[in-house]
Amino acid sequence: MQATATKNKDNLMVLLFAAAVLLMPLWLQPFGAAYPDLMQKFAIFGLFAIGFNILFGQTGYLSFGHAAFIGVGSYATVWVFKLFTMNIFPAMLFGVLVSGVFSLVIGYVCLRRTGIYFSILTLALAQMSYNLAYSVLTPITNGETGLQLSIQDPRSWDAVAVTGEGIPSTNLFGLELSAFDGLAGFYICAVFLILGFYVAMRITRSPFGSMLRGIKTNQQRMMYTGLNTKPYALTAFVISGMYAGLAGSLMAAVDPLAGAERMQWTASGEVVLMTILGGVGTLIGPVLGAAVIKYFENIFSAINTTVLADFYSFLPQGLADVLVSLTSLFVGKGWHLTLGLLFMMVVIFLPGGIMEGIARIRKRFSASN
Amino acid sequence: MSTLLEISGVNKSFGGLQALDDVNLKVNEGTVHAIIGPNGAGKSTLLNAIIGKLVPDTGTVKFDGKDMIGVQPHQINQHGISRVFQTPEIFGELTILENMMIPLLAHRDGAFKPALWSRSDAQGDILERAEHFLSDMNLWGKKEVHAASLSRGDKRRLELAMCLSQDPKLLLLDEPTAGMARADTNNTIDLLKTIAGRGITMAIIEHDMHVVFSLSQRISVLAQGHVICEGLPEEIKTDPRVREAYLGGAEV
Ligand SMILES: Nc1ncnc2c1ncn2[C@@H]1O[C@H](COP(=O)(O)OP(=O)(O)OP(=O)(O)O)[C@@H](O)[C@H]1O
Ligand SMILES: [Mg+2]
Repeated sequence: MQATATKNKDNLMVLLFAAAVLLMPLWLQPFGAAYPDLMQKFAIFGLFAIGFNILFGQTGYLSFGHAAFIGVGSYATVWVFKLFTMNIFPAMLFGVLVSGVFSLVIGYVCLRRTGIYFSILTLALAQMSYNLAYSVLTPITNGETGLQLSIQDPRSWDAVAVTGEGIPSTNLFGLELSAFDGLAGFYICAVFLILGFYVAMRITRSPFGSMLRGIKTNQQRMMYTGLNTKPYALTAFVISGMYAGLAGSLMAAVDPLAGAERMQWTASGEVVLMTILGGVGTLIGPVLGAAVIKYFENIFSAINTTVLADFYSFLPQGLADVLVSLTSLFVGKGWHLTLGLLFMMVVIFLPGGIMEGIARIRKRFSASN
Repeated sequence: MSTLLEISGVNKSFGGLQALDDVNLKVNEGTVHAIIGPNGAGKSTLLNAIIGKLVPDTGTVKFDGKDMIGVQPHQINQHGISRVFQTPEIFGELTILENMMIPLLAHRDGAFKPALWSRSDAQGDILERAEHFLSDMNLWGKKEVHAASLSRGDKRRLELAMCLSQDPKLLLLDEPTAGMARADTNNTIDLLKTIAGRGITMAIIEHDMHVVFSLSQRISVLAQGHVICEGLPEEIKTDPRVREAYLGGAEV
């Protein structure tokens, strides 16, 4: 049967994806990226981008405000840490639920419009949330300082267990996220990434997914075909908002603080770049895009002139100096330049992102065989 | 014979232009009703008023005894009205099979059912029906092709299949043979005759008089937004007002 064949293919894809994610500490070594802090970022932003793609890639609604849900997820999670428990399970659950409710409200308002007007509305509401977090909502967000844990926090569910030296660290039913040099934290993020990927795959292959793509391609036709497009788009919006909330909760879980800068429009723009870079509407693309951008941000920005001089040391001094000063434009603080160039190249030559590049290479290989 | 669609006193103006001027029209159940008239007469606008794409300034549209004014487009479709547009409205970026599944799902599951967890390719009944309707239009072999890459004629056939798959009570066709070669037109006439034979009521806008006279039991002539006459095909053929409306157009 054809249906079972495609189903098996999908399951195989998820398995391969899971294997690749779980083995990251091994195969990322040659790239110098196999440390928990960065791998956690890959997983967290991968999740964010997967969720964003459900709204942008599948449904065709470009939101410029999704970082707001990251912020909401983070704040809500940290509050559970402060008030009740350092166990991330209830804390993250609460974070995702709150961001779900928040995205329901924001989505309901923004989806009254489509196209550029929708994008502007999301941008406006997200900036509003960001500014509120800095001002009026200071009692909840602790303003500029950001929401942090303190030794005086009640943590009422944990109280008996904690002996009182310093702030306890986050844990999952006892397993501390900082355990095994932070690898525990990474593997918890990795499991969420794999689950998130699987759920996104199911949504994509479902009748609901067909409806979302129908809305993206021809909203008019959907209406005259008897479909109420509003609740479909709103459901997609809430799902992607909850993915963002989950990403925000994970950020708080691995590093228990929350600040308003996570909600800024630059963070919302970044996930757009990730999705386009990787491949809009594809399943794996957004994860790749997120990884590439986080890799550049962390690895390229850390390269300085000393590292470069070392790299070019085999060349004659004069030539090496020229190359060092040329290359240093693109690394260190200049990593944005590299990213910008890469992004332009992709948009111009590979509008389908990295995934289109992969598809083209595959095609060439199968043609030459 | 009962009236399925009843349009009374419908007016619509765009700025200063009176696109529909006191339009009255009845479509009886089980008949093919043609709406003809020169370019810009307001034919497509009339269909827009029926499917809820625009709301008339005044007047009523009744379908199956129910008032359709102010009803949402998707609800109007769920009541049983499907429309084939003048320029095909399909899902260009989706495959033909997926194009076909969306109206079938809408027909089976209603206006909103978030089936997030089941698989599209495991919907046996839907796939069966999709195969049936696509085979009818000779499109089953191309089911994995993106709809945007189809020829104009195939796009029309796909859109027609999509509308038919919803088992509509009333099928609205806006120039279904425009831009088709003679042979294709004749095939379409045969196809529409078969559909009419199944008892589906149709309102068809058409410039090709061969199509009009082969299919319709009743004809309304629209000119400058007004129904200038209505009657049996033989009556319309010889009516001097129709000749005048077409400014001596040779076709009538
Ligand atoms: N949305 C709109 N806004 C402004 N004017 C419109 C609109 N829709 C239609 N019109 C005008 O109303 C008139 C009737 O248009 P309509 O498309 O209904 O004509 P038609 O009879 O379908 O013509 P054709 O045979 O060329 O398709 C035209 O003059 C058209 O320009
Ligand atoms: Mg027209």
